[in-house]
Amino acid sequence: MQRIGVFVCHCGTNIAATVDVKKVAETLLQEPGVVYATDYQYMCSEAGQNMIKDAIKAQNLTGVVICSCSPRMHEATFRKAVAAVGMNPYMLEVANIREQCSWIHKNIEEATEKAIILGRAAVAKVHLNAPLIAGQTPVTKRALVIGGGIAGIQCALDIADAGYQVDIVEKEPTVGGKMTKIDKTFPTLDCSSCILTPKMVDVAQNENIKIYSYSEVESVKGFVGNFTVGIKRKARYVKEDICTGCGLCTEKCPQKKVPNDYNLGLDTKRAIYIPFAQAVPKVATIDADYCTMLKTGKCGVCSKICTAGAIDYTQQDEHLEEQYGAIVVATGYNPIKLDAFDEFAYSQSPDVVTSLEFERLMSASGPNGGHLVRPSDHKEPKTIVFVQCVGSRSTVECGKPYCSKICCMYTCKHAMLCREKYPDTEVYVFYIDVRTPGKNYDEFYRRAVEEYDVHYIKGMVGKVCPEGDKLKVQASDLLTNEQLHIDADMVVLAAAIEADKSARPLATLLTASMDTNDFFTEAHAKLRPVESPTAGVFLAGCAQGPKDIPETVTQAGACASKVIGLLAKDHLVGNPCVAHSDEMMCNGCSTCANVCPYGAITYETKDFSRRKDGTLMRRVASVNPAVCQGCGCCTVACPSGAMDLYGFSTKQIMSEVDAICK
Amino acid sequence: MDNMEISKEIQRISGVNPRKCMRCGKCSGTCPAYDQMEYHPHQFVNLALSGKIDKLMESKSIYTCLSCFACVERCPRGVEPANIIEAVRLWKIRQQNQNHLVADQIPAMLDEEIPQQALVSAFRKYKK
Repeated sequence: MQRIGVFVCHCGTNIAATVDVKKVAETLLQEPGVVYATDYQYMCSEAGQNMIKDAIKAQNLTGVVICSCSPRMHEATFRKAVAAVGMNPYMLEVANIREQCSWIHKNIEEATEKAIILGRAAVAKVHLNAPLIAGQTPVTKRALVIGGGIAGIQCALDIADAGYQVDIVEKEPTVGGKMTKIDKTFPTLDCSSCILTPKMVDVAQNENIKIYSYSEVESVKGFVGNFTVGIKRKARYVKEDICTGCGLCTEKCPQKKVPNDYNLGLDTKRAIYIPFAQAVPKVATIDADYCTMLKTGKCGVCSKICTAGAIDYTQQDEHLEEQYGAIVVATGYNPIKLDAFDEFAYSQSPDVVTSLEFERLMSASGPNGGHLVRPSDHKEPKTIVFVQCVGSRSTVECGKPYCSKICCMYTCKHAMLCREKYPDTEVYVFYIDVRTPGKNYDEFYRRAVEEYDVHYIKGMVGKVCPEGDKLKVQASDLLTNEQLHIDADMVVLAAAIEADKSARPLATLLTASMDTNDFFTEAHAKLRPVESPTAGVFLAGCAQGPKDIPETVTQAGACASKVIGLLAKDHLVGNPCVAHSDEMMCNGCSTCANVCPYGAITYETKDFSRRKDGTLMRRVASVNPAVCQGCGCCTVACPSGAMDLYGFSTKQIMSEVDAICK
Repeated sequence: MDNMEISKEIQRISGVNPRKCMRCGKCSGTCPAYDQMEYHPHQFVNLALSGKIDKLMESKSIYTCLSCFACVERCPRGVEPANIIEAVRLWKIRQQNQNHLVADQIPAMLDEEIPQQALVSAFRKYKK
């Protein structure tokens, strides 16, 4: 018979306001095997933990039940506490009387009754608990960073700096991400390329970092410390190790009409291209959709011109498999498509552009060398209207319900730069709210208004109609309560940003959770903001939610420190609550192996005759405890009841159910 | 009924929850009849919320609204300002009495030209 102690937490008023904690403790003391029960204001505090430790020693307890918050919150805390006085940590159970009881009930009597029932179930389970010893697994001391934007670059540099190897997988031909497309950065107005390209060079030159550009992750197996990742290296039809990046081919290629993604389609490139002069790796890539040689077999100009002999039209996609201990997700963002926003005439006029397109138009490396002209007639715009929150904070179908966070500041930057470079331009910014919570951010916004005389108007643009060479803008000014009609030369739309389309399938590969907006969720919104709930998966940059450059760099650094903390360990303590198969009951049907999401189950043929002749051979399931995550799918699927989980055995769960139904 | 109660009733009839409004003003930015109105679409929502619905009741704006539903179409929060005007118009009609449709009278009024939808909506409109 176990000697069980029950500890009921008040959690301040979180539990105590709705649950009669004293009554819970008193009632549970009557349960068989319970020899001690008490309540305390904060069980997780040092005093609370000492209370548990003292009781274990004084009462010779063999099992402990804590009635408190979710085990996700503090199970680890309490297990550590009991282990400190020599009790096996798996002899402790947590009854969740906060999230699943006090927070969702209003009636004290009902909530108290439910808390007692939940506590009783936990006591019933402890009766069947057995001490478990966690195994150890080695850690592969190498990290994978998925996405080579500023988040991925910073994170890789920081991990490499600590002496660990890092691979970056980037789907574009160059690392650098969105920041390469940005002209200036707020609030200091320093040049984006000037601060980014040195980091790109650092990444390329760091001997601990390997870049897989033009590549994608196609499979993920394994678990924290021991991931096996399949990487697809897309054929670029240029031998990466031979190409010198001289760029001669990109000048001679006769196919000139390829939309240039680097400039968001505002100009064209050749079918063989280097995205921009500072690309890393500086290697040419052939766009197979446009290359005449690849499509018709007739051309071969680039191959003839290349003195290094780097062109290889027969190149195929390569598939690699690599081992990693940790995976960082830094897949970034994209502006949303604006096709559904007819009112702003985005698809009707080339002079209605998104902010990122405007960024290219303003940039020295952009289609016009940084001279701001209208895409339609190449005249300098005299009146520019900026529209904020296009698709952000929108609960209708074509929009996003969240604030994209960066638009207020970059719009302010654009408006300020326009006024500075072209002082005779009238600049209007239509805003719903101006959100500038950041160091020197509000000062920056006020400078735009006060020093640069940008017209900030509280209201929204209702429609934009192209008429002649003008864009008729109709908008409301809520402060003066009038409708405005502005003849604009350009309209710039601050499009909402969304998670990259590659994020959702990647989350499936990683079994990492996402929110409804396809942003990766953190293990804890406040206390574990750079870790995914999936162990060994870490989050950096806009993959986790909209954020600006300073915030992304901060998060990438935090993420790197978590990765380093993991890679610094020689061994990881595993989870002992894993599946095991009763070989005498197993009939080798393979059902469990088919449902196992982790590939933890294999089959072996064993001799059950107990004789030397081996006459009774049977095929039985065998679980690799290092790979098993204890999800329990196999225990449910097994038709013969041979599969069971340590710590969550069928017997334990049934006894909990019995206790609840008593 | 006091103003606040009428406002609540207007919210009920129109199905509009004015608390969803984030005051961006896109409705008024898009309104083609803006200059003919004393109160503008964003104000409809605010008046319905703050219980000053009597101002809207007395205003000609409710008849200058074209019911073009541009504000409904463009609102990023799905607030539907034009539906408030529809509801206020209904409210006014209901105050005029004798507009109620009695079920027994319908057979005499039946006309093959009348769309069935009109009958159904008449019942819906005049049920109080």
